[in-house]
Amino acid sequence: MSKCSTGLAAVTIVLSAGAAQAEPIRFEYWYGLSGQLGDVVQQTCDRFNQSQDDYEIVCVGQDGYANAVQNSIAAFRADQHPTIVQAYDAGTADLMMSGEFYPVSQMMEDFGIEIDWDDYFPGIANYYASSTGELFSMPFNSSTPMMYYNIEDLEAAGITPPETWEAFEEALVTLKANGEECAFAYTPSTWIDLEQFSMAHGVPIATNNNGYDGLDSEYVYNTTIHVQHMENIKRWHDEDLLEIRTTQGGLNARDSFAQGECSFYFGSIASHSTVHNLVEDTFEWDVAMIPVYEGTERKNTVVGGASLWVLSGKSDDEYRGAAAYLQFLATPESERFWVTNTGYIPVTRSGFEALNAEGFYENEPYRGRELALASLTYTDPTPITRGIRLGSFIQARSEWVNEVEAALQGQKTMQEALDTAVERSNALLDRFARTYRGQELP
Amino acid sequence: MRRAYFKNNWVAALVVAPQLLIIFIFFYWPTSQALYWAFTLEQPWGGGNEWVGFENFRYLLTDDLYWQSVRVSVIYAVATTVLAMSMALILALFADRQLRGYHGFRIGLIWPYAIAAPAIGLAFRFIFNPSAGVASYLNYAFPEIWNPVMNGDHALIMVIIAGAWKQVSYSFIFFLAGLQSIPRSLLEAGAMDGARVMRRMRDIQLPLLTPTFFFLIIINLTDSFTDSFGIVDTMTSGGPARATELMVYKIYEDGFRGLDYSGAAAQSIILMFLVIALTFVQFRYVERRVHYT
Repeated sequence: MSKCSTGLAAVTIVLSAGAAQAEPIRFEYWYGLSGQLGDVVQQTCDRFNQSQDDYEIVCVGQDGYANAVQNSIAAFRADQHPTIVQAYDAGTADLMMSGEFYPVSQMMEDFGIEIDWDDYFPGIANYYASSTGELFSMPFNSSTPMMYYNIEDLEAAGITPPETWEAFEEALVTLKANGEECAFAYTPSTWIDLEQFSMAHGVPIATNNNGYDGLDSEYVYNTTIHVQHMENIKRWHDEDLLEIRTTQGGLNARDSFAQGECSFYFGSIASHSTVHNLVEDTFEWDVAMIPVYEGTERKNTVVGGASLWVLSGKSDDEYRGAAAYLQFLATPESERFWVTNTGYIPVTRSGFEALNAEGFYENEPYRGRELALASLTYTDPTPITRGIRLGSFIQARSEWVNEVEAALQGQKTMQEALDTAVERSNALLDRFARTYRGQELP
Repeated sequence: MRRAYFKNNWVAALVVAPQLLIIFIFFYWPTSQALYWAFTLEQPWGGGNEWVGFENFRYLLTDDLYWQSVRVSVIYAVATTVLAMSMALILALFADRQLRGYHGFRIGLIWPYAIAAPAIGLAFRFIFNPSAGVASYLNYAFPEIWNPVMNGDHALIMVIIAGAWKQVSYSFIFFLAGLQSIPRSLLEAGAMDGARVMRRMRDIQLPLLTPTFFFLIIINLTDSFTDSFGIVDTMTSGGPARATELMVYKIYEDGFRGLDYSGAAAQSIILMFLVIALTFVQFRYVERRVHYT
């Protein structure tokens, strides 16, 4: 009995205390990054909560981009969704068509928060903006692919980092002739081999400016220089110039490189800090922009990674909190915190210039990361190098991977494989357009 | 024969209500939803849908790669069932012979059933890893002989072995129980007549195990169709080039990753009918015909 009354008293005290002191407004944020990068996301939340008393952000890791989107959809259908969700580049078209979001530029304006949107690198902002230039989601963790190379292996073979694919092939031959077991650790990747490759070469992936101008787009990558590139990759595989390294095979391409086994690997700049930690000081390495074929007028690559979407159906208070958090993320200090602790690049010009001015990129372990920005801003985005806006894109990516694997196994030629992938992906686009019949891309 | 029954039906209803509620919430409700989506094109964020009749099914059934996934699933189901049951039978026959230390074996052989599929997948991924795992010794002796990363057949064999390993325990328990329920006097009589161990197994124990045998075939097949996701996801992700894309994995890929809810719903309906058909076969034919009492 006495126990019970003490309990009651405690509850009363807590309740009255809560009423006396204004409760912070709580809102949820679901993110997809995991591992060390996920920990850093969590730290941005802690920093935000400590910086003010009005709002409390509750950050929940979803262990993967795909999970973050899936779980948000399931929660949305049950009206239990978070206010903010981190969604990957490939899911952009699906989210745009859903219409179930609060455009960030609109939200910031509604709550009277000034953000200089022109400060964002156009290659980054365009990816997440509507056709009229309205920014739908907040650019956050942004990356682009790089060529990672082992300086010591290259010096031993007497070669300089290749800038063209022709020179890259020569480098592979020389490295092999020089007794290198694994010259190039390769994993088939649409993001690098197809999407970013096509951007850098200024060739389309699909009609309608890669889908920006309408839902009735069709893939065309089986007719561009992409085919020649993939045929080269197959030939390099057949001639043992490259080794396929995947997680399923035990050691993925990044780790094969970081352990010093392979001399080249292509990967996101986001892995820069991970590679640095893995290599420690066992060998010298650096990154460079991905090569292009001779005679190509190089174009900008496009942003990868994820952005932050504010979902619809939340209260004004929660939106005010979300706006405060996004504003907090956009401050130079937050950007520096994020960029320092991960391999990602700054998303604003001022953020980049501030870091540059203090010599951030001149020192280890950050040296080289500025090349990712050089790649992203190599030219102004053209209608084709703005980005990709295609529905069911995740499935289309897996069609490409499966067909390329079949070609590498020798089941079919690369041209046949890409033709099949295009045909099947077009059927997906068709289904996507029918699912949203009568609607337009915003 | 006397039958027990409740005089008051309300009491009966009250007692089964929680169970029925659970079945309704976790089975009938989702199933009816999937059935509805299978006939529509559903927008993932719930913005609306359009009735399309049998189009989703037509789309699947005219797709060569869907049939490829059905083919792979059937191969996987038959192979794991045969492999798991034959291993389990051999182990059970010997555990039943009460050789030295059989108490330990009996418990040890049941344990693997408690391991989650992804954990098994990870363990076998290491064992079969062509460059770093146990199987790398094979590649060392015969270069290029084993490569599940790029060779689809190897990948499928790898997944089958892992799947079968997981199933052995379950079949083992049933076989052992079946063997132990065979009256000792029958075996002793056989021994008196001069039948040796192998002969007694072949002519007395195996025929008397037939009901267990048929029961396990159905259970194992059903399980292979529906419970193989964890292993495929951790070991191969359906690759290389769709060589291990089982039906359940394809449903996950298309529905959850690809956000094609309608296509995935149609696939689950097809899979459900397959499992219903197997269960029907079990109840209708197997359980009725096989009797040795």
